[in-house]
Amino acid sequence: MAWVNAIIQGVLTGGLYALFACGLSLLFGVMKVVNLAHGDLATVAGYIGVGIIAVTHVPVLWSIPIVVVLMAVLGYVLQRSLLQASISRGELTTLIVTFGLSIIIENGLQQFFTANSRGLGVGDSFVTASFSIGSQITIAWLDLGIFVLAVVVLLGLQQFLSRSRYGRLIRAVADDREAAQMSGADYRHVFGIAAAIAFGTVGIAGICDGMITTLSPTIGTDTILLFAFASVVIGGLGSLWGTLLGGIVLGVAQAIGAQINPNWEPLAGYAVFLLVLVVRPQGLTSRGAQS
Amino acid sequence: MSNRSYPPGGRPPVPPEGLPDEGQRYQAGGSGPLLEVRDLVVHHGQLRALSGISLTVYPGEVYALIGANGAGKSTLLRTIAGLHHPTSGSVSYAGKDVTGLRPEKRATAGIVMVPEGRRLFPSLTLEENLKVGASFARKGPWTIDRVYELFPWMKERRGQKTAQMSGGEQQSVAIGRALVANPRVLLLDELSLGLAPVIVQRIYATLPEVLESGITVLLVEQDVSQALRVATHLQCLLEGHTTLEGTPAEVTREQVEAAYFGAHVEPSHTPPPDPDGQRSNALWPGLTPSSRAC
Repeated sequence: MAWVNAIIQGVLTGGLYALFACGLSLLFGVMKVVNLAHGDLATVAGYIGVGIIAVTHVPVLWSIPIVVVLMAVLGYVLQRSLLQASISRGELTTLIVTFGLSIIIENGLQQFFTANSRGLGVGDSFVTASFSIGSQITIAWLDLGIFVLAVVVLLGLQQFLSRSRYGRLIRAVADDREAAQMSGADYRHVFGIAAAIAFGTVGIAGICDGMITTLSPTIGTDTILLFAFASVVIGGLGSLWGTLLGGIVLGVAQAIGAQINPNWEPLAGYAVFLLVLVVRPQGLTSRGAQS
Repeated sequence: MSNRSYPPGGRPPVPPEGLPDEGQRYQAGGSGPLLEVRDLVVHHGQLRALSGISLTVYPGEVYALIGANGAGKSTLLRTIAGLHHPTSGSVSYAGKDVTGLRPEKRATAGIVMVPEGRRLFPSLTLEENLKVGASFARKGPWTIDRVYELFPWMKERRGQKTAQMSGGEQQSVAIGRALVANPRVLLLDELSLGLAPVIVQRIYATLPEVLESGITVLLVEQDVSQALRVATHLQCLLEGHTTLEGTPAEVTREQVEAAYFGAHVEPSHTPPPDPDGQRSNALWPGLTPSSRAC
């Protein structure tokens, strides 16, 4: 039963990892930008949430839409300025620029918020509330809520990309930028919209991370970015449902590792990550092979 | 093989009424030129692709650019579409200078290109490709339904990914995607590239309906006989220079041949004389049916 519990907890954690990963995946899929500042931006979103709650005293769930909107605006602006400028200068430049951005954000956060970690006060009842199935399996409402949120976000993203006008344009621009221009689409604007959406999901991920654990200036690269990368690679680049699958596989691997030996939690996750890279480098869902 | 040689004289069946003089060209509605290119010089890095090309396209014309591989035809078309920046020279459209305008702005203004190699969106379905084309469309007669009337096979297969379609089908989708934008000038880049002659004929058969809807066509064609059949005006390029210009009625087959290979520009490039009997087959090397049906 303890194993079943570990797997269930792993699946639920996988939802959070999928939230971490989908923005990274979208940015790479559309603009071919590997955003090394991805995790730090999620951390920024978490701190914005902390700030909003401290100033306005809104309930933590209300801070999510505010943070999402703010992050989306930030995403659009950052894409149209810094990222677009680096995209025009080649793929390597985007790596260097986002790496630099990551360092700036981490040090900025340490400067303003100190290295102390802080949590997003969800209200004790919600953090600790849980329900039990049998004697061994206990599921926290918060974990379940975040998993459901992750699925809803991915579903929404999927529907947006496949049905809406701008979703179609985003896919068209990802396929062939020049051909989209010849149809009258300003690909810079379309990139901006894609970045706004990606950053919106980053905002959700940051708040959720702040609710589940605590925020500190360095978690962006220490955990969020790494787990996001691992989820994307395991699941397969460019596939949203692959991202969820990747997150779940990573989460379950970590939970099983921890069940065997608490020290093995990160090790097991990366072992699976390496295994997938060796055995199936295109990811579990194989659509990534085209890129 | 030899029955694919271009029709006698290489003339279109109905050349425009008279007026051979440059400057008094066939004009629909008596308006000014729709597209005017002046002394265009374009470099690809160090390479000079175009050395001072000028052309004037009037409304209602079918203007054909012909020339061998690497003559600069596609570069010229892409520069008109805004995808290359000229080193010098200008492009004006409907009386306005558009030389500095971005490609997407030119498209929404009415200069729409069917690019070489189709360039469809492979992860999108046929209908989605057309919808992208219609996203920023001008007002006009062309809709997705009208494209389905022009190419009736499309309606049934609109949900299919275009990557699975044949070259001819993909070319039709590319044309449809350009038409739904309701262009005033349609730039067609190498429609026949990689297609079997019978498919090329079928695609060119849709041209009259396109013209009827008031669209002016500027096309690049390596297949000279095809170009001569549809064009009302033509210009031949060779290594970035204009070697011949006129209506198909004015130019002789010998002139086209000389312009195409550059015989009178650089005598050393004159192809060795060969017996007349082989002419019809050997006239356009690399353009025989067998080699084009790839």
